Amino acid sequence: MSLAAIIANLPALVVVVPLLLAPVAALIPVSGAAWVIAVIGTGGALISAWLLQGAVTGGVSFSYHLGSWPPPWGIEFVVDAASALTVLIMAALSFVATLFARRALPAEINERDAGKAYSAWLLASGGLAGLVMTGDAFNLFVFLEISALSSIILIALGAGTDRRALVAAYNYLIIGAVGATFYVIGVGFIYAVTGTLNMADLAERIPQVQQDTVIIVGFGFMVAGILVKAAVFPVHIWLPAAYAFAPSAVSAMLAAIATKAALYILARILFTVFAGVPDVTALALEWVLVPLAIAGIFTGTILAIYENDIKKLLAFSSVAQIGYIALAFGIASSAGIAAGFIHIGNHAIIKGGMFLAVGGYFLALRSRVSLSAMTGLGRRMPITTTGFLICGLSLIGLPLTAGFISKLYLVRALIAEDMILVMILVLVSSALSVAYLWKIVEILWQRPEGDDVPLHGDETPALYLPLWILAIANLWLGVAPAPLVDAANRAAMHLVGGIS
Amino acid sequence: MFMSPETALLTGIFAPLVVALLTPFLAVRNNWRDVAGPIGGVITFIAALHVANDVLAGGTPSWTAAEIAPGIELGFSVTALGAIFGLVASGLWVLAAIYSVGYMRGNHEKHQTRFAAFYAVAVHAAMAIAWSGNLLVLFIFYEILTFSTFPLVAHKESKAARDAGRLYLSILVGTSVVLLLPAVIYVWVMTGRLDFIPGGILAGTISPEVAPWLLAAFAFGVGKAAIMPLHRWLPAAMVAPTPVSALLHAVAVVKAGVFTLLMVAVYIFGIDYLADTGASVWLVWATCFTILASSCVAITKDDLKARLAYSTISQLSYVVLGAAIATKMAAEGAAVHIVMHAVGKITLFFVAGAIYVQAHITKISQLDGQGPEMKLVFAAFFIGAFSIIGIPPAGGSWSKFMLMVGAADAGMVMVLIVLGISSLMNIYYLLDPVARAFFKPKVKEVKITWHPLTVWPPVATAVLCIALFFFADPIVGLAQAMVTG
Repeated sequence: MSLAAIIANLPALVVVVPLLLAPVAALIPVSGAAWVIAVIGTGGALISAWLLQGAVTGGVSFSYHLGSWPPPWGIEFVVDAASALTVLIMAALSFVATLFARRALPAEINERDAGKAYSAWLLASGGLAGLVMTGDAFNLFVFLEISALSSIILIALGAGTDRRALVAAYNYLIIGAVGATFYVIGVGFIYAVTGTLNMADLAERIPQVQQDTVIIVGFGFMVAGILVKAAVFPVHIWLPAAYAFAPSAVSAMLAAIATKAALYILARILFTVFAGVPDVTALALEWVLVPLAIAGIFTGTILAIYENDIKKLLAFSSVAQIGYIALAFGIASSAGIAAGFIHIGNHAIIKGGMFLAVGGYFLALRSRVSLSAMTGLGRRMPITTTGFLICGLSLIGLPLTAGFISKLYLVRALIAEDMILVMILVLVSSALSVAYLWKIVEILWQRPEGDDVPLHGDETPALYLPLWILAIANLWLGVAPAPLVDAANRAAMHLVGGIS
Repeated sequence: MFMSPETALLTGIFAPLVVALLTPFLAVRNNWRDVAGPIGGVITFIAALHVANDVLAGGTPSWTAAEIAPGIELGFSVTALGAIFGLVASGLWVLAAIYSVGYMRGNHEKHQTRFAAFYAVAVHAAMAIAWSGNLLVLFIFYEILTFSTFPLVAHKESKAARDAGRLYLSILVGTSVVLLLPAVIYVWVMTGRLDFIPGGILAGTISPEVAPWLLAAFAFGVGKAAIMPLHRWLPAAMVAPTPVSALLHAVAVVKAGVFTLLMVAVYIFGIDYLADTGASVWLVWATCFTILASSCVAITKDDLKARLAYSTISQLSYVVLGAAIATKMAAEGAAVHIVMHAVGKITLFFVAGAIYVQAHITKISQLDGQGPEMKLVFAAFFIGAFSIIGIPPAGGSWSKFMLMVGAADAGMVMVLIVLGISSLMNIYYLLDPVARAFFKPKVKEVKITWHPLTVWPPVATAVLCIALFFFADPIVGLAQAMVTG
């Protein structure tokens, strides 16, 4: 295959490379070899996503027809500023999490399952990429199921160390299925009145449909279903247990990318598919998304303040952070949507990094990482802890870290739209988030009451290098955020351009 | 000249950071680690002198690292006021770094390496604040300064220290995130810029009805200025070792607060805009209240450092008051007061720490009769107190005089009365420790151990207090350049 052919097929490669390598990994009984396949799969996806991002930087967007069947009959992959950015963020994070998995994953699961685990890993990352790329509303449902089922397998693997992982996986299965079903019911309604499943076609035909009620009902089902997947409050209930009991590497990957894909779809539905009926979407934005986002921000933050299990604490914090992204989309101005994309990227590197660090702690302690177990680890695992601290400071938005840039643009978008009350709530919650982070920071440098607990093994680069990649990304994007900000602005302009 | 202004700018900002980064590696020999601070201080101070010289000659040294947002650069650019603050922070760091070695060793404190490293980071942040190129950069380093001083406040790792650290962090971070950040972004959204322009950037873009509220968001968002009721963190921070209280909680941190407000008043709002709209009238009363109320509290404190802390709260409001009066002379007085109070108050704190290291006394009531044993430090205390009260021939008399003239220009008679009452109270509660030490009979026999490194720095700053009375010209010149542009 020539280079030109590869480039022409890039949109498919992002999704297909991991998906095709998944069965290969499943057949390999040796953990190390299966890991190599996973690295090739996620690495290939990352390279493709990088090249795609380069291709759309000039403002071009293009569509890729799977099997050369033109839409609306065939399935179309849409590559534009928004989808390319999201896919790049996700591919980068799943690659870094895969690097971490080499030492971490086999240690937490049954050795014999490693091949299958990497298979599910590849399916999840390919499926999530597919969610973002597809331009077909029903095909999206298919990817939703692929990524959900493989994620459930990955979460259930946590049962090797804690049986509660099974319950968490089961909960996710049921709630996730409800979400996916809602979505597909909504698609059914819309299909009934428009006769198409292609998103671009839908955007054109929806405004012409006379039966408003059907559109509203279909829209409601679709959005409700995606909100479940995005873990927006109050349908976030599957998330804390799922992240807390999954194996460390899985928690890191899911926290970094899983909900991001759903949030992107939310933006796509709101700002392109239903762009033609702005009164309907405005209703959902103003009365549903924004209030829920704010409720989620406060619920997540407050639960995190009172939580003692670190993985659960980070999961609650994720609920709050998802709230910030949803809120940014809820502002609905191009500045707001850009702020949302900026935080999708920044939160991925922040939370991904923090979960990787907690994974490092877990492997050293060989027990659940609770606050008390972390006492004094700052002294004993300085490299991991410094990385954790950088990501943590980024989480609370300390200047010169990526998190600050997120906060800056979110507040700016809120002020520009005169949403002063909402802005005050955002800032108060942001100040509160210092409380839960600081609780951890203090304990990391405290001296234990008795003797130090014994650690299993020293810090190794295999575990802290991936963390440090993300920590440095946090600092880099805090000082020179222009690449991410520009890409996010282009993404927002592209999406809102659909309205005007 | 062996340094271009730009090189000097970078040296001044990054030399402290280099010291901080080298400290852990130099810690193999305590002596190497402990000379790094003073050497870094001298280099930084020389750089600050160069920069100030260039600013006096009409230059604006500047340097840009990256673009953080469209039109907003992560860079530095020195204003006249910034030059003043840079001189204060770096000049006093030299002495504080020497003093700190004497104090930490004399007191056998733990974790001296961590202490020295974060101490230098804090100075780095203070220099970056002083020379920040726009309001956003100023905000960025304002936050860095808060976080870098936390390990210093909580240094003792006791429960009391940790609680004080939490209070410190929650008030400073809480106010800055909830009020200061939105105020900064609001200015950015409304005017499209954040750089410091003599005469301000708000006139014509922000309506006079909004201006007082915006000013309030700044005044209370800058918790480091310790305007009541947001002053509680400062007395709490006194749990830190005295070198921290001396350089940071009398100079770098608190001055960063009032410096920020003065920058906002002069270069963002503009003195004329404030005077025309009357946006700052409420702030005059808020600061007058803080000046008197904190003096009242200071009188009741028997703990020497607590009394000095409340005196600091009172003196910080002098600077903010100067900005709020909104006349040129008052603003100049405020700028000069940053210097004069810094030198005076660091002297008092140095002495408090020296007394603690040498005699282990922290209470004023136990100072009775100790004067003759520690003549040098009490003499230094006396001169420092003179400067803060504002009696010639000490530097502090200039700034107080300028503030009074400024208030008279604005026709604010009440302010003159408040300043008068405050001076009387200062005389009482600052000279009281000295008077007791020399004129009262001894209540406690203590063994005095001589630690020269804690004695000579306060003597040096006391001499500086006097020198600043006779050689105030460059400082006043910079202050004038600040209002004339």
